[in-house]
Amino acid sequence: MTTLLEVSDLTVEFRTARGWGVAVDGVDLSLAPGRTLAVLGESGSGKSATARAIMGVLPATVGRVGRGRVLLDGQDLLRLPPQERRAVRGARVGMVFQDALSALNPVLPVGYQIGEGCRVHLGMSRRAARRRALELLDLVGIPDARRRIDDYPHQFSGGMRQRVMIATALAADPEILIADEPTTALDVTVQAQILQLLATLQADRQMSLMLITHDLGVVAGMADDILVMYAGRVVEQGPADDVFERPTHPYTRALLDSICTADRKGQPLRVISGQPPDLGNLPSGCAFRTRCTQAADVCRTLPPATAVSPVHQAACHFAGGAA
Amino acid sequence: MTGYVIRRLVGMVPVVLGTTLLIFAAVYALPGDPIKALAGPGRVLSPSVEDALRERFHLDQPLWSQYGHYLGGLVRGDLGIDLQGQEVSALVARAWPYTLQLGLTAWAIMAVVGISLGTFAGMRQGGTVDWVVLTGTTVVVGVPYFVVAYVAQILLGVNLGWFPTSGVREGWPASYLLPAAVLALFGIPELVRLTRASIIENRYADYVDTAIAKGLPHRMIVVRHILRNSLVPVVSVLGLSLGYMVSGTVLIEGIFNIPGLGYVVFNGISQQNGPVVVGVCSLLVLVYLMINLLVDIVYGLLDPRISLAGRR
Repeated sequence: MTTLLEVSDLTVEFRTARGWGVAVDGVDLSLAPGRTLAVLGESGSGKSATARAIMGVLPATVGRVGRGRVLLDGQDLLRLPPQERRAVRGARVGMVFQDALSALNPVLPVGYQIGEGCRVHLGMSRRAARRRALELLDLVGIPDARRRIDDYPHQFSGGMRQRVMIATALAADPEILIADEPTTALDVTVQAQILQLLATLQADRQMSLMLITHDLGVVAGMADDILVMYAGRVVEQGPADDVFERPTHPYTRALLDSICTADRKGQPLRVISGQPPDLGNLPSGCAFRTRCTQAADVCRTLPPATAVSPVHQAACHFAGGAA
Repeated sequence: MTGYVIRRLVGMVPVVLGTTLLIFAAVYALPGDPIKALAGPGRVLSPSVEDALRERFHLDQPLWSQYGHYLGGLVRGDLGIDLQGQEVSALVARAWPYTLQLGLTAWAIMAVVGISLGTFAGMRQGGTVDWVVLTGTTVVVGVPYFVVAYVAQILLGVNLGWFPTSGVREGWPASYLLPAAVLALFGIPELVRLTRASIIENRYADYVDTAIAKGLPHRMIVVRHILRNSLVPVVSVLGLSLGYMVSGTVLIEGIFNIPGLGYVVFNGISQQNGPVVVGVCSLLVLVYLMINLLVDIVYGLLDPRISLAGRR
């Protein structure tokens, strides 16, 4: 399997009252051409920070990359000079943010905001960029795009706004699309439509899609590969079918268990007891051990990534069945 | 939109009435006798001439009646006749262009310098540039207006000879640059601080991350995205100061000998020439109100979320 984007040992730190705290700790992941990778985890697990670090949009002054490499076609983005890094952003890697209302500029027409990427990366004239923006609005399913191209973000509904957001990310035809919880701010009925759109675009354009979400239901139908994060670390990763069939890390199992399905009607919802740990004060060893039903003394040491199968790993002392 | 403008214009009527009445009453309350002042020091007019003059300018009547006469003229577009028998409207027509040139030049200087400095400072919050700019604005606020005017006149005009010292003989822009710069200087601190605060508020906004993620050049992010959003509150202040720059030139015109409206008002006050003072001041009030209306319209254009008509 060839790799388009390879992240290794990525560490992201955030400024806290007690100095720099580690939000993402040594994440490895790889994205293959034309595949969809779902990054799963609850709030604060570091999945958004990972995406932002790849994109180079960590919050200025409070977030920074500690160490690690982000290789795109073998080139380390983190070590590129700013001008060359800028040429990659938007052109080769596009990003869709969670809340399109705040992520789109309120005072510029959507057509202009979509066209910007075409002008900067593809050297298009204003007029050509506008034509392209119109095509993109059509592509993402904005009805009557010709009439809406000069409208402002606040004139669109939530779902339509997220479609506009997707169009801006596609402007310069990137090979990789990173979608950071693209449906979290939307109504449930609209969520499915947006996911369907992303899946269609991904398939039609043979893009790699990195889909960040905390919603397992979102992942099930779309992901080729799954990466589960907990407290800034990768706890399990592998092809989606393998992970769903043989969830190995107790956290992944608990997540899958907490999905409510029709056949469990009438039974109480299963939840993961306890709270996600404070990143500034993580338990030693496996960060999940304080909430884990299987926790043992060995869990006080950091579990290595253990192979469940050649393509499926879990960071649990019990992953191999032994220990 | 038309409905909005009409509503605003109607709303101005009480404001105009109130302000003109205030100005009128203030002039009425000035100490001294305007007719005696007209005659000049040491000269006495014959009682019949004096009475005729008093009757002509309605000075023999109570305040309310005088104001009524004045308003009546104003409605007909007549600013009246001053004590020396000149049409006030002719005085205004002669002085107006000078004031307009001075005010607009000052305003342009203020807008460009203020917004640029504010943007630089805001984008480098906490840095040296920021510190220098902020300290500079504090110093400017602390120095009296006329001191700067005289120092600039002597230093840059007389000693260095870079600018004409006074008068308008050299026309625009040469004769106007120095007085306009001094006038602008006092609007700059507020504008810088407001722009800076607005930039700081906007530079970490989510849409800036989007702009970065699109791979836009830094300059485009600052100008097109951050500054464009930051300007929304700045424009209202800019508009108000346009009114101030055009109507607040009395002292500057006096110091630099520019025969504009401020100069006319200044002379009118010292000669107790009531009709001139009232006429010009009322006009300045009207200009100020019109500029305000214009600003609100521009405001709506800058921020599409503000809908003037109250509907979309």
